Amino acid sequence: MARALKRTYRTYVFRELNMTSLQAKNLVINYGDRVAVDGVSLTLQPGTVTAIIGPNGAGKSTLLRALNGYVRPATGSVQLDGQPIDQLNRRTIGRRIAVVAQEADLRFPITVLEFVLGGRYAWATNAAWGWETENDVKVAEAVIVETELAALSGRLMNELSGGERQRAVLARALATEAQFLLLDEPTANLDMSHQLSLLAVVRSRCNKRACAALVVTHDINLASEFADQVLLMRDGRMIRVGKPKDVLESAVLEDVFGVEVLVDAHPITGAPRVTPVHRVN
Amino acid sequence: MTKAFVKSGASLSSQYRATFQKTVLACAALLVALAIVIVVTTLVGSESLPRASSICALVSFGRTSCGLTQDQFDILFQIRLPRILLGAAVGGSLATAGASYQALLRNPLAEPYLLGISNGAAVGTMTALVFFGSNEWSRPLLAFAGALVATFAVYRLARGRTGATPERLVLAGVIVTTFLSSVIVFVTTMMDVTRIRSFTFWLLGDLSSTSETLLPIAILIAIAGAILLAANARSLNLLMLGERDAFDLGVEVGRVRIVVFLIASLLVGSSVAASGSVGYVGLVVPHLVRLSLGSDNRLTIPAAAIGGALFVIIADSVARTIIAPRELPVGAITALIGAPLFIYLLKRN
Repeated sequence: MARALKRTYRTYVFRELNMTSLQAKNLVINYGDRVAVDGVSLTLQPGTVTAIIGPNGAGKSTLLRALNGYVRPATGSVQLDGQPIDQLNRRTIGRRIAVVAQEADLRFPITVLEFVLGGRYAWATNAAWGWETENDVKVAEAVIVETELAALSGRLMNELSGGERQRAVLARALATEAQFLLLDEPTANLDMSHQLSLLAVVRSRCNKRACAALVVTHDINLASEFADQVLLMRDGRMIRVGKPKDVLESAVLEDVFGVEVLVDAHPITGAPRVTPVHRVN
Repeated sequence: MTKAFVKSGASLSSQYRATFQKTVLACAALLVALAIVIVVTTLVGSESLPRASSICALVSFGRTSCGLTQDQFDILFQIRLPRILLGAAVGGSLATAGASYQALLRNPLAEPYLLGISNGAAVGTMTALVFFGSNEWSRPLLAFAGALVATFAVYRLARGRTGATPERLVLAGVIVTTFLSSVIVFVTTMMDVTRIRSFTFWLLGDLSSTSETLLPIAILIAIAGAILLAANARSLNLLMLGERDAFDLGVEVGRVRIVVFLIASLLVGSSVAASGSVGYVGLVVPHLVRLSLGSDNRLTIPAAAIGGALFVIIADSVARTIIAPRELPVGAITALIGAPLFIYLLKRN
């Protein structure tokens, strides 16, 4: 109760003071003849984590990619602080919206610190001659500590394990100090403990700095534990949106995914727990 | 070197990344080496010159002869020095262009010669020779146009649905190279027989025929191009890790790509117009620079520019002395060093 009150208060304060918002209105996105996203509207609230779930090809990643302007919608619009995103320059957007995709392409040797400093690009001014300022380095070193990479900051990226590399990708996104984090299957290649620690970093960021995170994931139970809001998609349409316990109902999930599922409450956390049922004929 | 930085109060993290100070230091050291190499290589050649007087004349920038005879003075200032300066301009241009292509195409194997871009410039130069023979200005201009067309052709061919893999890019380069080679053969048949031999020499990369018009153009373009590409280095650092990531982080990907393609093509065009296609410089030099100084393009690009100048000057000195009084084209020497490195890099990939 106290937590919910605190969040409502914080949301209210940030809304009023900063007019911070990222909004999609009636997005329709086509890939050739195929409609990938079909009339989705969505608002990211400061301090909250939203998870998008749904079967493969439901348009989850496409929707996420449209929110920072990478994919252009056929109709509808994305607005950052009330301004259409296609009218803003990339640096402005880069300071406000960060994307965590799966592993980066690493054909050149580059250290973890150099990689994370890449997140400061959008803050560059001509005054610095294209070099990072002391503040840039300070921010990068802080997020390296936040993502538990301090011992590795001088190592080359391609010497790291998959989990460590994904943390570096997250660190680079956090180094942008963006208020909106878009995460595209950030935990897909990670083991259980790395999945938890990565999402815990995102969760605490959102709580401390009133960030809003949008996570595309196939892991419904992880979404249930970490998200304030779950958005269920199928065939480009938003089927349901709401609190995890309102969206994660067995009848809805069985319809969308086409498998029998058991939904119960997690005995320790109380969050809805989804288990597919496999019956042997 | 690292110790000195820590002592001077810079944070420990400066040893894990390129900094402005490191760049200035590395470039200053390379420039000193370049000056020394220029002086030393002017003394090397089939005609031996008195050492002390030559150095004296060089250091005075030709204002005093320091006791050299008129013939010796002319060899020094009319033959050797222009050739060495052209080598510096060509090497600097090709190495800088190579480093930028590699970053932009996310591929350590990208190189103007191997991608067929030098061949595009060669076709342009030959067209200029055939149709506007008297006008020297037309050569770098058409070479630039040829390089640009070849660049876009390779880029288009190499881009698959999943992006350009190193193998796909190399294959696209082979296709463009062989296609343009046949165009070159076709144009060659339109020339008179007496010029064909000097032509084949030029095609392999040859610094012996400098002209008073093309040399200053080549030097000017090399310097301006290296500065402009270095100014885009921070964007290239991100593009090196993927176009989508770079876009997400705030890079105007389309604009940077066009600017870099234009400048790199201009560099290749001016160097090919002046000296033919000297191969593998854009592969060897950036690779050595990255090996010793790291992958940050803000450091790699200026260091490759100076390093490329060093590399070609030294290779050309070998080319003109190893079987003296006869000469090899410099491209033969650079390829001798570059091809094995290419195979090594391809295997490691």
